[in-house]
Amino acid sequence: MNFSLSDEQQMLADSARRFVQGQYHAEAHRNNKALTPVDPTLWRQFAELGWLALPFDEDDGGLGAGLVETMVLMEELGRGGVIAPYLATVVLGGGVLRRADAACRARYLPDLVAGELQLALAVDEQERVFAPENTALQAREEGGDFVLSGRKILVLNGDQADRILVLARTSGEPGDQHGLSLFLLDPHSQGVTLAPHRLVDGHQAAQLRLDAVRLSANALIFQKGAAFAPVREVLDEAVLALGAEAVGALTVLLNDTVEYSKTRKQFGVPIGHFQVLQHRMAGMFMALEQTRSLLLAATLKTLEGHDDARQAVHALKAQIGRAGRHIAQEAVQIHGGMGMTDELAVGHYFKRITAMDGLFGGADQHLAAFARA
Amino acid sequence: MDLQVPEQERHFREEVRAFLDESLTPDILEAGRRTTSVFAPVKEAMAWQRILHKKGWAAPHWPKEYGGTGWSVGQRAVFAEELVRAEAPPLIPMGLQMCGPCLIGFGTEEQKAHYLPRILSGEDLWCQGYSEPGAGSDLASLNTFAESDGDDYVINGTKIWTTYAHHANRMFLLVRTRRDGKPQAGITFLLLDMDTPGITVEPIVGLDEVPEQCQVFFDNVRVPKRNRVGGENDGWTVAKYLLTFERGGQDYAPALGVQLQRLKQIAARQTTAGGGSLRDDPVWAHKVAACESEVLALSFTEKRIKSALSAGKDPGALSSMTKILGTELQQRVTELGIETLGSQALVWQPQALVPGGDDEPLGPEYALTSMAAYLNARACSIYGGSNEVQRGIIAKAVLGL
Repeated sequence: MNFSLSDEQQMLADSARRFVQGQYHAEAHRNNKALTPVDPTLWRQFAELGWLALPFDEDDGGLGAGLVETMVLMEELGRGGVIAPYLATVVLGGGVLRRADAACRARYLPDLVAGELQLALAVDEQERVFAPENTALQAREEGGDFVLSGRKILVLNGDQADRILVLARTSGEPGDQHGLSLFLLDPHSQGVTLAPHRLVDGHQAAQLRLDAVRLSANALIFQKGAAFAPVREVLDEAVLALGAEAVGALTVLLNDTVEYSKTRKQFGVPIGHFQVLQHRMAGMFMALEQTRSLLLAATLKTLEGHDDARQAVHALKAQIGRAGRHIAQEAVQIHGGMGMTDELAVGHYFKRITAMDGLFGGADQHLAAFARA
Repeated sequence: MDLQVPEQERHFREEVRAFLDESLTPDILEAGRRTTSVFAPVKEAMAWQRILHKKGWAAPHWPKEYGGTGWSVGQRAVFAEELVRAEAPPLIPMGLQMCGPCLIGFGTEEQKAHYLPRILSGEDLWCQGYSEPGAGSDLASLNTFAESDGDDYVINGTKIWTTYAHHANRMFLLVRTRRDGKPQAGITFLLLDMDTPGITVEPIVGLDEVPEQCQVFFDNVRVPKRNRVGGENDGWTVAKYLLTFERGGQDYAPALGVQLQRLKQIAARQTTAGGGSLRDDPVWAHKVAACESEVLALSFTEKRIKSALSAGKDPGALSSMTKILGTELQQRVTELGIETLGSQALVWQPQALVPGGDDEPLGPEYALTSMAAYLNARACSIYGGSNEVQRGIIAKAVLGL
């Protein structure tokens, strides 16, 4: 057992932290309330730093790194409050394409790695609790083609994606794990309508409407009806990435709160002198460290293929929701009125952590899945 | 001991309901549904206040001689319940709930005659200048100074978290008029016009991206001494009187009950992977039940307070609890709101919440408000005396620690 980073992993962590602190303009990105394209300079830098190549096989032009490297990077992106579609394009979209056939990998991964391809994965549907098997959107077979109709919501990066991976039902009923197929969609295809919008945390997404969109069988990424298993694997990896980002963000929330409590004076003393607040900050610290522990548990068990890996992923997602809410709420409360403003970084991290619980199923859902696993 | 509702109150409820049915316009109702804060949009809230004022119902809790309704404690509760049930936007409280009562208790006849009718009619919109950057929980340490100069005070300093200062034409505020002695002893309560020279208002954008709060700067702002309420250096008494006036005045449980019912309707529309509705999901149902049972308890705590007040007794310790319980339950209900909607709650369309805004909701209307309400509700355990301070009061004043 060894929880130390290798030299290479440490270098990645250091360079990511340097980049995020030195070259990422967190405040400018935070204050931008308009829908904007992905910052091309930033994305090019991501490519140059090798971050876009991280999880892909060397044969596909990647760096052949694993879940630990993604964890290291995501923690730094979380710490820096970075708003960029890394999760959408590399972890979700890239995660799917990494599992696709050789022709598909050769066609798309070089562009992704070069920073010239944005991706999105469309799973969520309106008024349906998140779960890939809860997909209702229909893909009807017609003369060898597929005709897709329905609506997807909260397609992360859907407003910017050059290709959208759409989970659709080719057979079965919502709730069935079989009968799910994944289609690679060019958003410029006829019958596609995108309604872009912001998320509460400053990220961007789109609602996707498909009106009898005709796709050839070539658009199928996995075998027809067999998309559930690989999509679930990708979503597990997304939870791991999100967990790492959460640990970075929660670290900032704790540190900023402790610092604030040392400088903010009321009743003649720094508020950090009050035992009631000391105990609460101690509680925040413990919740953060427990999150870090579950991140390691879930990441390493998944990496090594343990039987209980998925259960640990569920535990991590539940922890992101519960500990995240706990720490973020305490951070705002202890910052008082200042914590309620859009000016301090605390507010931004609060919103990002809040959003994380809403993505890929909330804490209760994952605890229920943990119990069943 | 019984729970019988007096016949008179039952008729009264019907009367209120009928009035609300015919008086709430679609615009006002939409503003009510899309209000995600204690503070409703100004235009619609004031329009609603004018309608209520015409009926004589703008300030039920004021004494009848000043324009109150003369209703019993029970009738007032019925009225408040029916307002939340009808989804009417809440009236803006700074004049009706805060400044008005202070004037009724401590104002001169001249002040009362001038200001109270204008508060009732909505002609004046007030803001509350209490907190300062260095004086939040520790309000008595406030430092904005009013120098005596003949018939005037000259004010220098700054106030913060001044809700709607950018909309208000009047402010009631606490200033320091003496620096020695106990901090509470050198505070004075003043009224001023927001267009007085030397006042600068800077809106503060909140977590929900709404500029609801402001910081207000005073640079040699001249206020006539006749605008003082109560004695010089006696402003703390006026400010404290407001707290006793408010005791039992605000019920949290009725609105919480309505919100939980609405949440159940929303959950019923969410399909789980198991094919059922989220409302039937045992974990969801359990959490909502835990919250609902606490709201039931709170509603009876609030009834006990009202019962004591009706009998002319002091509800004492109970009234210290309701701010803490009410605000924390409010926060829990908004948490359940975003949990119930899952990813749908993350769609962020603040412009669609603005009445008359041109941004169309991408999802159902109920999904539009949940996140903004969650964010905004984080403030309610901070404002009005943070819940830490409130717990300290219970420990000291009630438990004698």
